Amino acid sequence: MDQVKKADFKTGLERLKADKQFANDRIRWINNAKGFLLGLFQLIIIVGICYVILGPIFGIISSSFFSDADNYNPMVYLIPQEPTLERYSMAMEYLDYWKTMGASLLYSLSLMVIQVIVCSMVGYGFARFDFPFKKILFACVVVMIVVPTNTIMLPLYMTFAKFDVFGIVRLVNGSAVNLLSTPVPMYIMTLFGCGLRSGLYIYIFNQFFRGLPKEIEEAAFMDGAGTWYTYFRIMLINALPSVVTVAIFSMVWQYNDTFYAKLFLISDNIVISKKISTIEASISNVEKILDPNILELYLDAGIVLIMIPIVIIYVLLQKQFIEGVERSGIVG
Amino acid sequence: MSQVKAKKKKMSLSRKHGLMGYLFIMPWLIGFLWFYLRSILLSVEFSFSNLTVNPGGGYTLDFVGLDNFLYAFRAHATYKQVLTTSIGNMLIDVPLITFFSLFMAILLNRKFKGRTLVRAIFFLPVILNSGAIVDAMALARSMMSGGLSNASAEIAEAAAGSGVGLAYYVEMFGSLGIPDVVLEYLSGAVGRISDIINASGVQIIIFIAALQSIPGSMYEVARIEGATAYETFWKVTFPMIMPHIITNVVYTVVDSFTQSEVVELAYDTAFTEMNYGLSSVFSLVSTVITCLILVIVCRLIQKRTFYYN
Repeated sequence: MDQVKKADFKTGLERLKADKQFANDRIRWINNAKGFLLGLFQLIIIVGICYVILGPIFGIISSSFFSDADNYNPMVYLIPQEPTLERYSMAMEYLDYWKTMGASLLYSLSLMVIQVIVCSMVGYGFARFDFPFKKILFACVVVMIVVPTNTIMLPLYMTFAKFDVFGIVRLVNGSAVNLLSTPVPMYIMTLFGCGLRSGLYIYIFNQFFRGLPKEIEEAAFMDGAGTWYTYFRIMLINALPSVVTVAIFSMVWQYNDTFYAKLFLISDNIVISKKISTIEASISNVEKILDPNILELYLDAGIVLIMIPIVIIYVLLQKQFIEGVERSGIVG
Repeated sequence: MSQVKAKKKKMSLSRKHGLMGYLFIMPWLIGFLWFYLRSILLSVEFSFSNLTVNPGGGYTLDFVGLDNFLYAFRAHATYKQVLTTSIGNMLIDVPLITFFSLFMAILLNRKFKGRTLVRAIFFLPVILNSGAIVDAMALARSMMSGGLSNASAEIAEAAAGSGVGLAYYVEMFGSLGIPDVVLEYLSGAVGRISDIINASGVQIIIFIAALQSIPGSMYEVARIEGATAYETFWKVTFPMIMPHIITNVVYTVVDSFTQSEVVELAYDTAFTEMNYGLSSVFSLVSTVITCLILVIVCRLIQKRTFYYN
C-alpha cells in the first residue's frame, strides 16, 4: 500500500517535471517573486534614506511655526496646536530680510557670472591648446582642488590686509590699502580663477570641452571666425550642460559660504548665511528672551527664510542640473 | 626690419595656437602664482617663525626654527588628540561613504517611478551645506530621534539610554564572539548614518554618471554568455567604474578634511589666540598628512584599476 503511494507520487512528480507548461509557469512565478522582493527592498531603503534627509528639514519647518505654548507642551509633535507667524516676522526684522537677501543674491550672482566666464576660459585653454608645461600647469589645477583653502588662509588674510600690486597701489594711493571687510578680495580672487572651488569648475569645464568634437572649431576657423569669437559664440553655447552645472554649484556654494566671508570679514549685510549665525544672540540681547529653546525657534524660522531662494532655484533647474552633472565632465 | 617680419611670419600655426592657449589660461595662472603658490610658501615660512602683527598693518617675522612644531606636538593641550580623531574619522568615513554611494548609485540607476524626485532629494544635502543650516539640521535630527518637542528632547535622550539601544545590540553581538574592532566599526557606522548620507550626494551623482557611461553591449554579452547578476557586477560593472572610485575617494578625503576639527582649531588659534605661526603648523601638518593619505590610497587603488580606453 505504502509502496504504491510512493510510486504514484514519484510518477506524479516526474509528470509535473516533464510538463513544460508547468516549468515555464514556475520560472515566471519565481522571477516575479524575485522582482517583487527586490523592488520592496529598494523601496524600503530609498524611503528610509529620504526620511533621514528630509526629516530634519520638516522638523525645522514645523518648529518654526511653534508658539511658546507648543514648545513647552510635550504632547505636541511636528504639528503645532497654536501655529504662529511671530517667529517669521521677528526673524525677518532681525535679518533685515529683503535688503540682506537682495545684497546676498547680487553678491553670489555676480561672483557666479565671473566664475563661469573665467573658469570656462581656463578649462577651454587647457582642453584645446597645446603649449609647453601644459601637464605641469594642469597638475597645479589638481593641487588647487586637493589643497584645502585652510592651509593658505593666513597668507591670504595678510595679502588683503595690506593689498598692493608690485607697489603700484602705494604709488597711487600713498600706502597699501586694506581690503578686508569689503567683498573686493572675493571678487579679485574669483577674477583670477582662484575663487571658491574654482579648481573644481576648471576641471569640469576642461573635461567637457575635451569631449566635444574638434570639427566644430575647425569649421568655424575655416569660415574665418577668430579664436575668441569661436570660443564665445560657439563653444560656450555647446557647453551649456556644464555651464548650468557650474553656475548652480557656484551660485549655491557662494551663497552658503561662510569660510571666506569670515576670513575676509565681509559684512553681514552682504552675506546672509553669516548673518544667520548671530541672529540668536541679537534676539536674545534685544528682546530679552533667555530660553535657548525659544531662541532656537527663531533660528529655525530664519533658516527657512534663507533656504527659500536656494530651494526655488534648485526646484526650477533641478532636471537640467542633475542631467548636467551627469553629462558634463565630472566623469572624465 | 624685413628680417624681423620674416621671423614673425615663420612662427608656425601651432606655436601661435600655443600662445593663444597661454592667453586663455592667463587669469588663472596669475591667480595661482599670486594667491596659491605664494601663500603656500608663505605658510611654510610662517610655520618656522614667530609672527607679530604691527599696529600700522604688516607683520614682522622672527625665525624660531622648529619651535612651533615642537610646541604643537609636545606641549599643546589638544592638538595631537584632535589630529588623531580627525584622521581616524576620515579613515572610517571614506570607505563607508564610497561603498554607500556606490550602492545607492546602483539602486538609483534602475528604472522606477519617481526616480527624478528621489535623485533630487538625494542631492539636497549638497545644496543645503551652509554652516548654520547644517547645525540646525543636526539639532532637528536629534529632536526627531527623541521623537518629542524641543523642551523634552533631553528627557527622551536620557530615556533612550535605558531601553533597547545601540549599546544593547553591541553587547548582544559581542557575546556572540564577533571581534570588538568589527563591532565598534559597525556601530560607529550605524551611529553616523545620517552624516554619511549627507556627505555622499556628489559621490552618488558621479557614480550614476559612471554607470550610465558603461556601454550596454557589455551587459548584453554578459547575459548571452550566461553570467549571473552577481558575476556581471564583479566582472563588468565594477571594473568599469573603478577609475571613478579614485575620483570619489579624493573628493571624499578633501571634503572630510575641510570639515574636520583640525581646521577649526587652526582657525581659532590664528584669529582668537593670534598665534599665527602655530596655526600655520597645524594647517601644514594636516595638509601634508592628507596628501600622504591621498597618495597612498590612490596608489593602492590604481594598481587594481582597469582602464577601458
